[in-house]
Amino acid sequence: MELARDEEKALDGKYDEALASAYRILVAIGEATDAQKLVPVKWAHISGVNYNTIGDGGMRFLEKFSTTAKVAVKTTINPMGYDRSKPEDISPSFQERQENIASSYERMGATASFTCTPYEVFDLPQKGTAVSFAESNAAVFSNSLLGLKTNKESALSALASSVTGKTPLSDLRLEEARSPKISIETDFDFRTELDYGLLGYFAGKSVKDSCVALNSISRLDTIQAKALCAAIGTSGSCGMFTFGGKSKEKILFGKKEAQSVMDELSTADDADIITLGSPQLGMNELGLLAKLTEFKKFTKRCIVFCSRAIYNDAIKIGLASKIEKSGADFRCDSCTCLTPYVTKDKYDAVITNSVKGAYYLSKSNKVKVALKDIKTIAEEYTQ
Amino acid sequence: MIISNCRRIVGGTGEGKTLVTMQPINFLAMVNAKTGTITDPLHELHDKSLKGSVLILPYAIGSSVGAYAIYSLKEYGNAPSAVVCSKVDITTASGCALAEIPVVDLPDGTPISILKQGLKARVEADARRIVVEFS
Repeated sequence: MELARDEEKALDGKYDEALASAYRILVAIGEATDAQKLVPVKWAHISGVNYNTIGDGGMRFLEKFSTTAKVAVKTTINPMGYDRSKPEDISPSFQERQENIASSYERMGATASFTCTPYEVFDLPQKGTAVSFAESNAAVFSNSLLGLKTNKESALSALASSVTGKTPLSDLRLEEARSPKISIETDFDFRTELDYGLLGYFAGKSVKDSCVALNSISRLDTIQAKALCAAIGTSGSCGMFTFGGKSKEKILFGKKEAQSVMDELSTADDADIITLGSPQLGMNELGLLAKLTEFKKFTKRCIVFCSRAIYNDAIKIGLASKIEKSGADFRCDSCTCLTPYVTKDKYDAVITNSVKGAYYLSKSNKVKVALKDIKTIAEEYTQ
Repeated sequence: MIISNCRRIVGGTGEGKTLVTMQPINFLAMVNAKTGTITDPLHELHDKSLKGSVLILPYAIGSSVGAYAIYSLKEYGNAPSAVVCSKVDITTASGCALAEIPVVDLPDGTPISILKQGLKARVEADARRIVVEFS
């Protein structure tokens, strides 16, 4: 990869060590993806905010990095571990470390958005705009449905893009990679958002390319789209899908394949707690949840994860209080993935409608998961 | 055995025993940085330690935060000495760049199965080659 003179100087540490490490990261990714040069990005969305995801090592790195590094472009950040207004039994040491991480990002100049759905919270740039989104559901959503261009970035590549304003020109930033070579066919009608999640997980796992064609899907509502994008981002390296496409190779996602993903991820029939929100719920989902639980009460504890921005809007229009009347409990600024609110010593198993949530609850939180769609959850667990 | 014409992703030299897997790794969900072991019972490297190894994998999958997990492995002294991929991904490349762990891709068309488990190997990323010593 060719670097401009000032990029070379930054890489050699002529400015400061933080910027040099950012360029080291960009150069490695450039080599990995056969990029010829770096190009500007307009917006970076960084992951690695929840203490449970980056740990002490990440915390110490960011503390040092942020003493000199400053954002060069609009920068938003992923959910953290907990809701400051509802610390419950989150340990003081977790809170202290989480606050340390949050301050590092704020010191750099990042917006304290604590959301994994930046596309639902912030104004969207024009189609074709280059961004750098590390949150995988946001990368897949933005590439596939918003016409933005991002690779499936890592936490560190988006951080490097944030402070340099640049990214290697490669992969999904080039038209060639945005044309799928493999398509997924389906032979049954999808009923729920969970079916889209299962399809996404299967697609991500089966296809090694950066883009996959999904045949027999022509349009998606927001709930289905978020379930699909989050699941694609979880299981593989795929960062984009198209509705159909001229691909030579076809893979079948039939009922048998859907069941096999269910068998892998749904490891319990029932549980003591429900978590909704991976990705964090938006207005459409909150509206649906309010409708499904009207005049009813949850029979089990139910946590609803959403961004502070969406929650504040939901308060204004009376939606938040409707949902709270059902007994569901909001947690802002955080989400299901690696949440400290659900630990193995408190719960054996969790009910969720999120395939992505199920994956991390099982692999990282080490609890069992009962995967059910949101209508079934509302039917079975409210009265 | 010397495998030359590798692709240099992160420069440097690292040596250790080969730890080979055909299965991708999710560094966030499957690795405990404090112990350096693979914690997923469904992964073929379950309970194996990455520490000091020459880790050979197809590529990493899953969370973007996996890059920090690689960095944390280094912080805790449990990182592999070098990483070899068949097609390196952004998570592995960026995590290893920050942690200064040498990374190469195998030459196009070279299968992972060419490398056997537990052999002493040295990855010379700048020379674009892997030297495997049979014992």
